[in-house]
Amino acid sequence: MSEVYLNGIFVGEVEQPLEFVSQLKAERRKAKISQNLNVSYSEAMDSVMVESDKGRVRRPLIVVQNGQPLLTENHVRQLERGELNWNDMVEQGIIEYLDAAEEEDTLIAMTEAELTAESTHLEISPLLMLGYCSSLVPYANYAPGARISMGSKNQKQAIGFYVANYFVRMDMDTSILHTPQMPLVKSITHDISHYEEHPSGQNMTVAIMTYGGYTIEDAIIINRGSIERGLARSSYYRPSIAEELRYPGGLIDEVSIPDKDVKGYKSERDYRFLEGDGIIYPEAQVREGDVIIGKTSPPRFLSSLDEYNLASSIRRESSVDIKHGEQGIIDFVLLTENEEGNKLVQVRLRDQRIPEIGDKFTSRHGQKGIVGMIVSEADMPFTASGIVPDLIFSPLGIPSRMTISHLIELIGGKVGALSGRFIDGTTFHGEPEEQLRQQLQALGFRESGVETMYNGSTGEQFRVKIFVGNMYYLKLRHMVANKIHARARGPIQLLTRQPTEGRAKEGGLRLGEMEKDTFVAHGASLLLKERFDSDRTIVPVCEQCGLIAIYDEFKDRGYCPICGDAVTISNIEVSYAFKLMLDELKSLCIYPKLELMNKY
Amino acid sequence: MSSEDGDVEEQLPKSVVDEVKDELPKNASEKHVREVLQRVHQEYLKTLVEPGEAVGLVSAESIGEPGTQMTLNTFHYAGVAEMNVTLGLPRIMEILDGKREIATPMMEIYLKSPYNKGKDIRKVAQSFKEIKLKDVAAEFLITPDLNIDIVFDAENMKNLGITPAGVLKGMKVGKGITVREKSDGLSIKPKNKEGGLNEVYQLKEKLKDMYIKGIKGITQVLPVKRENEFVVITAGSNLKEVLVHPDVDAERTASNDIFEIMEVLGIEAARQAIINEVFKVIDSQGLNVDVRHIMLVADTMCSTGAIKGITRYGVVSDKSSVLARASFETPIQHIIDASLVGERDHLTSVVENVMLNQPVPVGTGLPGLITKVKK
Ligand SMILES: [Zn+2]
Repeated sequence: MSEVYLNGIFVGEVEQPLEFVSQLKAERRKAKISQNLNVSYSEAMDSVMVESDKGRVRRPLIVVQNGQPLLTENHVRQLERGELNWNDMVEQGIIEYLDAAEEEDTLIAMTEAELTAESTHLEISPLLMLGYCSSLVPYANYAPGARISMGSKNQKQAIGFYVANYFVRMDMDTSILHTPQMPLVKSITHDISHYEEHPSGQNMTVAIMTYGGYTIEDAIIINRGSIERGLARSSYYRPSIAEELRYPGGLIDEVSIPDKDVKGYKSERDYRFLEGDGIIYPEAQVREGDVIIGKTSPPRFLSSLDEYNLASSIRRESSVDIKHGEQGIIDFVLLTENEEGNKLVQVRLRDQRIPEIGDKFTSRHGQKGIVGMIVSEADMPFTASGIVPDLIFSPLGIPSRMTISHLIELIGGKVGALSGRFIDGTTFHGEPEEQLRQQLQALGFRESGVETMYNGSTGEQFRVKIFVGNMYYLKLRHMVANKIHARARGPIQLLTRQPTEGRAKEGGLRLGEMEKDTFVAHGASLLLKERFDSDRTIVPVCEQCGLIAIYDEFKDRGYCPICGDAVTISNIEVSYAFKLMLDELKSLCIYPKLELMNKY
Repeated sequence: MSSEDGDVEEQLPKSVVDEVKDELPKNASEKHVREVLQRVHQEYLKTLVEPGEAVGLVSAESIGEPGTQMTLNTFHYAGVAEMNVTLGLPRIMEILDGKREIATPMMEIYLKSPYNKGKDIRKVAQSFKEIKLKDVAAEFLITPDLNIDIVFDAENMKNLGITPAGVLKGMKVGKGITVREKSDGLSIKPKNKEGGLNEVYQLKEKLKDMYIKGIKGITQVLPVKRENEFVVITAGSNLKEVLVHPDVDAERTASNDIFEIMEVLGIEAARQAIINEVFKVIDSQGLNVDVRHIMLVADTMCSTGAIKGITRYGVVSDKSSVLARASFETPIQHIIDASLVGERDHLTSVVENVMLNQPVPVGTGLPGLITKVKK
């Protein structure tokens, strides 16, 4: 007797477990019981496990009986004509879904040729071992798995045409590629997913060579002529939001041009783009610091009496302005109400992003790199037939990473571009490389894909033939324009008087613990002190009690709040953070006494 | 160099001078020897650390930087045949943290002649291994009258070279228990049976781990050929007993248990063991760290006469500065403890001075003016 468990709960016993299992399977294939049911027999535990729970990972397979797949040519033809669909095949028991447990009892053939008498199932396609993004990598069976997963991850960061209604959306931090294309070398997944409706890259002419050392560390070189023709050009969108918040006591924010007597009023110039309603007009060209939504808020604290009397005049300025390092054109203004019924203003900024040095590009094979140099079209190398590449990719990126698929795509793209058709590069059953090479030869090119090229600057012929072709390149969302940052002096934090953090706040670049250690290791003691001078302060200290004293500007002398003015007060230089720590210790009732001593 | 021969020889450590003289051909002239020694002296001066050099930090960086590469190789076990040895970062952490219980204690036992040439090597190796009663028994049975019958595993006993009489001799049972030899094993009869089955069961479990023969703590032995002699590698370590074993070459035999070395051979041996063990790990990873950095770490750990780990309970707790201790770990605890006793911080090392934004007393921050500036 074998025990039977339904979703892990004991339900009964059966005499012949194997027969019971095969009977259940047969019923399922006849659609007499739910397709969601999976059953398996565990010999070690002598029990039958029936599963119908949610949350199991299942995958479809073609059922095989007596070494023959149930899916026939006839079915395929019916499918093509639309007389049959997927669900019909599942109900007819031609295709069934297995979970991990039931999979244990099967012998699955990868291809029809591998079918034996013992086989129970046949893979629909070996491509199914890949996910959606990975199967978008052409010829992925010619590259290491790690590179394919990098390639598929990179595709998710590519700028493309992600939605058709982008102009009425207020998505955060998005970009739209101006002239996206369908890849020349595509896989079946591109067709299935209607990739032509949301492409995310462009077909570029790529030469695999070095040129003047600007390809170091995976950098690429781009042809300025191609950029001027619109290659990889995109628009960057960033919406800003302002809401008329309601406060207790009937007070409310107000979207309008702030009055001059408002607390924190900027300057008239900063508000120059605002129209009568306090909102900027579309197509205004704005720069850092320009106000796009004028807004005032009621005073924060109503503690002092006279402030209460003049409540209307001391509203706070709370406008939305263009952040540090940003610029662009106002693209879209939206005025609505939110769920609480508050007035909501959304303003979208648009900025054209022309490829520049430092922008990140990648092919679909995990071969990412940033633009190292933009070379004018006249100086770019050219082929004997006058073809000038859009992009130069370093050959040093290939040997250690073994992305042969990258090279095959280049040949495939070349064939596709020359013969005016798309190439099927589906992993495991794409057009064979050999065939591509033969076609290339038939088109009048070398079957290896190399061509004689000339140096654009000197006109000299290169001593080696250059591997050149077409491939799909993606512009990734990491653009220097969003990241470039430097600071010499700037805003500081109120509490610690140390520089602010982050690009948006024009922050400093932190010299951290380990960086500090390098200064110490060099014995550069005074240089280190200078580096940490950002929050340097001079505080008067009472030499008697060792606490911070007070300097009386009016009398031009210091006194100690504890010991009075008959003591020596010395000025010492410390970091403000240390002074803050002393204050915090005092608030904990710890007496941090400073004992002063002449250092020299 | 204008320094004279006598000077040079005095200024160099004696071991260096001896080594140089040893390496030189026997017929080298006096003048040549002097010239070589002068060159050696020049090189020697170059290797000296300059005053104000932040040696600790340079050591930390020199060990820490290759350490980041080591994290990738964490939990790799490079086995000596089938034995597991902790290597890589876990082992380094174990040593530097000053852990008393290490994951894989082991010994390398060098043997005296003729055993080091391979004579009876298996037998000698086997004699180190601790044999427990369960190693020689096939079955432990509790009889209905609450006695314990042990059935010997004849084959195992033959392999381990032990006789039933030997088992009986090695067993040390407490009072009130009688052991009797049977044809195929032992019969153990506890006198007091008031505890019932439960107590007998516990006795049975205790008997399984009863020591019979060999050296306690050595769980596995493996003879290996090193160059042209045989050594025994063991899992488990018992330096005290192995060193007095008559067949063991005590001078070269080593353990990897640093605390055991300290207890048996003293702190200087422990310091050298730390250096050897850390260097072994770094070397086995194909990394290159100057041994002097490791020596400095070992010195720091051993300078008090006991092994202290590089942790907040170890060497960090010995730091004189409150602020330095507070900036390492658990700042609140350190500040509370310091304020309770009114501790003074003399701002003599690096961290405190960085906190106060004062020049740190290393390198260019170290020298001061001798003349007092008039106000
Ligand atoms: Zn005072």
